[in-house]
Amino acid sequence: MADLTTTFLGIKSPNPFWLASAPPTDKAYNVNRAFEAGWGGAVWKTLGEDPPIVNVNGPRYGAIHGNDRRVLGFNNIELITDRPLGVNLAEIRQIKRDWPDRALIVSVMLPMNEQSWAKYVPMIEDTGADGLELNFGCPHGMSERGMGSAVGQVPEYIQQAAAWCKKFARVPVIVKLTPNITNILPAARAAKDGGADAVSLINTLNSIMRVDYDNLTIYPATDGKGSHGGYCGPAVKPIALHMVAEIARSRETRGLPISGIGGITDWRDAVDFLALGASTVQVCTAAMVYGFKIIDDLVDGLDHYLDKKGFASVHELTGKAVPSVTDWQYLNLNHVDKAFIDQDLCIKCGRCHIVCEDTSHQAITQTVNGARHFEVIDAECVGCNLCVSVCPVESCITMRPMTAGTDPRTGRAITREKADWTTHPNNPGRRA
Amino acid sequence: MNKDKRTHDVRPGRITEEKIAANLADMHPPLTPSEAVIDADRCYFCYDAPCTTACPTGIDIPGFIQKIRSGNLEGSAHTILRENIMGGMCARVCPTEVLCEEACVRNTHEDRPVRIGMLQRYATDPIFENNTPLFERAPATGRKVAIVGGGPAGLSCAHRLAMLGHSATIFEPMDKLGGLNEYGIAAYKTVDDFAAREVQYILGIGGIEVRTGTGLGKDVSLGELRKNYDAVFLGFGLAGVNGLGLDGEQVEGVANAVDYIAALRQAPVRSSLPVGRRVVVIGGGMTAIDIAVQSKALGAEEVTMVYRRGQEHMNASRYEQEFAQTRGVGVRTWSAPRTLHVSDGHVCGVQFETMRAGKDGKLEGTGQTYVLDADVVFKAIGQKLLADPLASSMEIVELKDGRIVCDDERMTSLPGVWAGGDCVFGGEDLTVSAVQDGKVAAISIDRFLKDLGPRGK
Repeated sequence: MADLTTTFLGIKSPNPFWLASAPPTDKAYNVNRAFEAGWGGAVWKTLGEDPPIVNVNGPRYGAIHGNDRRVLGFNNIELITDRPLGVNLAEIRQIKRDWPDRALIVSVMLPMNEQSWAKYVPMIEDTGADGLELNFGCPHGMSERGMGSAVGQVPEYIQQAAAWCKKFARVPVIVKLTPNITNILPAARAAKDGGADAVSLINTLNSIMRVDYDNLTIYPATDGKGSHGGYCGPAVKPIALHMVAEIARSRETRGLPISGIGGITDWRDAVDFLALGASTVQVCTAAMVYGFKIIDDLVDGLDHYLDKKGFASVHELTGKAVPSVTDWQYLNLNHVDKAFIDQDLCIKCGRCHIVCEDTSHQAITQTVNGARHFEVIDAECVGCNLCVSVCPVESCITMRPMTAGTDPRTGRAITREKADWTTHPNNPGRRA
Repeated sequence: MNKDKRTHDVRPGRITEEKIAANLADMHPPLTPSEAVIDADRCYFCYDAPCTTACPTGIDIPGFIQKIRSGNLEGSAHTILRENIMGGMCARVCPTEVLCEEACVRNTHEDRPVRIGMLQRYATDPIFENNTPLFERAPATGRKVAIVGGGPAGLSCAHRLAMLGHSATIFEPMDKLGGLNEYGIAAYKTVDDFAAREVQYILGIGGIEVRTGTGLGKDVSLGELRKNYDAVFLGFGLAGVNGLGLDGEQVEGVANAVDYIAALRQAPVRSSLPVGRRVVVIGGGMTAIDIAVQSKALGAEEVTMVYRRGQEHMNASRYEQEFAQTRGVGVRTWSAPRTLHVSDGHVCGVQFETMRAGKDGKLEGTGQTYVLDADVVFKAIGQKLLADPLASSMEIVELKDGRIVCDDERMTSLPGVWAGGDCVFGGEDLTVSAVQDGKVAAISIDRFLKDLGPRGK
């Protein structure tokens, strides 16, 4: 049994799985149920100033579905907590008292003035919560009022607000970043420069789910009108992983603790975030789609995985894949992969053939000696991985590196020597 | 023929009409919208899909399933019906387990195909329920084609000709169109008068004249048709029934399965049909299955299907055989009928000789016999071409093994005469094949008519 205990900024939790600040953490009732189910921590739904905001009384959520109506992408227009501050603070206090071993972080969103932070930060800390997470990420509603992603999109604001918070806080401060920017690094750097102890990412992405095909209005809509919402769920994970990895590998932000968020549904998703630099992970959509019980697989799956890989703790996994992330220009152009189709596993659907034929390199047969047979033509295969991506059978098509001989496509001998774009003859700015 | 003293128990009303209705209810109730989408989601959208290759009418199956998935049901139905205008009936009666669904790559992946037949029914049912026109006639060409036989082959041919702007006249000896769809298919495969509704839909395109009660060789001759029409399509099926070749076949209680199935399909009160207590069905094809299962459904106590070879040799698919067995039908194999036992002019049993595959797989008797008591014996050992429709004509159509010889375009040896369906040599005796024959013939006829030039020149 690996040790799943996590210490993040000195905050301990029995496992690295925290519920993200979102609808599931808006009340003591829900957080209680989550902790009973085994969640390691929770980030309380974002608190704001009193009087509280209000929500619409129409749809707050929309989804896109894959096969069997599995939710692949999810969006929401719910604002921060709409309950009085006093009620939330009392419940937070009670929960922390009832669950001392769990991480309890409070998300907070305040206007861009120092007095607000001076007033509210001590009130929140007084609950006994373990830390604060600054919501600079929500892209809907609150951003129109100069908060949420309106702050997160301007590094100077991030730095300023983080500094104000740190000035009045004794507990660790995490800055939650918005992905609605072109480059995550200035935002992460600003958080660090403002004194934040860690960053968490990603918050949701600006999105419109679809139109209503009957009425030709935005869908979902409230009384015929809708507003862009925050997009999340499995569909956004790759965007989140990229941003996490960038912070983990960039010289200026390397070492800044990261809590990873974005589409985590099973333990493998968690491994992605941890290996790319996160120390804990936060989950919302999967819980909202399946309920809190998914924590069983998250914990159990990660535990077995760590055992199998010989890691004694979650900590050992953090950042393991970061050195493998590089810039395109440093990829080894001498390396040659060819797709290989395992004929015993092939079900002969022909998808690999038609996508290669129609959209790529005409490198997979349709028939061999008149019989339906799908086989890679090495002389055409560029190793692009399209066939692997579309094949419905796990592991049926794999990429195999050529280790010797000549690439039948280019006629060039395989070499172990590495060579990348920086020195390539076609590169006008190549290094000598 | 043995004389025997035994009682025979054949009577109507063995069970109530309500019970019969329940027993003959839809064999596979239609998919719900959720079931349809879940199954549609399972389709891999194969390239050059094996299911399409396996479909005698070549329906673009991944294409129509994709349209179910996207909520484009009318488009889905069009994709089906443009290749097979009887896609609704075929969704009910096709042995999909040996056609499209056998070819489904999901069988290799996980041993469970996409339910193509059920999805096809899901997509097409609303079209027939709402009578949604999906096809239009081309401008009239003035050309006339005679269609002999209003079954699947003839209807398919007529519909395609109508689409292409030609006029078709269907000559049908029975009172209703539909052929075996109307008279020959088990009641539990086509409930709610679907066969008749489908015929109405097909005729709805216009340009198709119907003459029921008009038989070839009786009311009209091939010579007349060839003279009065620009082309002729023969799709009169197999009206004859093979005999057992035993003494006493004419006695009470020995009947042709196809006649009884037809009577059942047309009976307004099904409990009024006489049903034997013990029923023996001789044969191993779909007709044998249909009569056996329906006899059971009508209240027969003991129904036994007897086939001269093994179960694996039966024409009925394994799925159909298992279906019959779950409905309480007993199956005996490697047995050939030798003697009909008769008492008081009524059959009372059948003596069988057990058989085996001898050298070169040739069937041979073992000399051992057994007797099955029977109140009714159904013959279901295949149908044959009735010579009559062609015999009385002066026209000679080449036959082989008692069926009409055609080329790939379904053209017969007689110029201007095409044929299709069960009456053609080398066919599969399936509704879906008949529909394909009619379609292919119509396309060939269209080309032939175009070569004739504009009407009147």
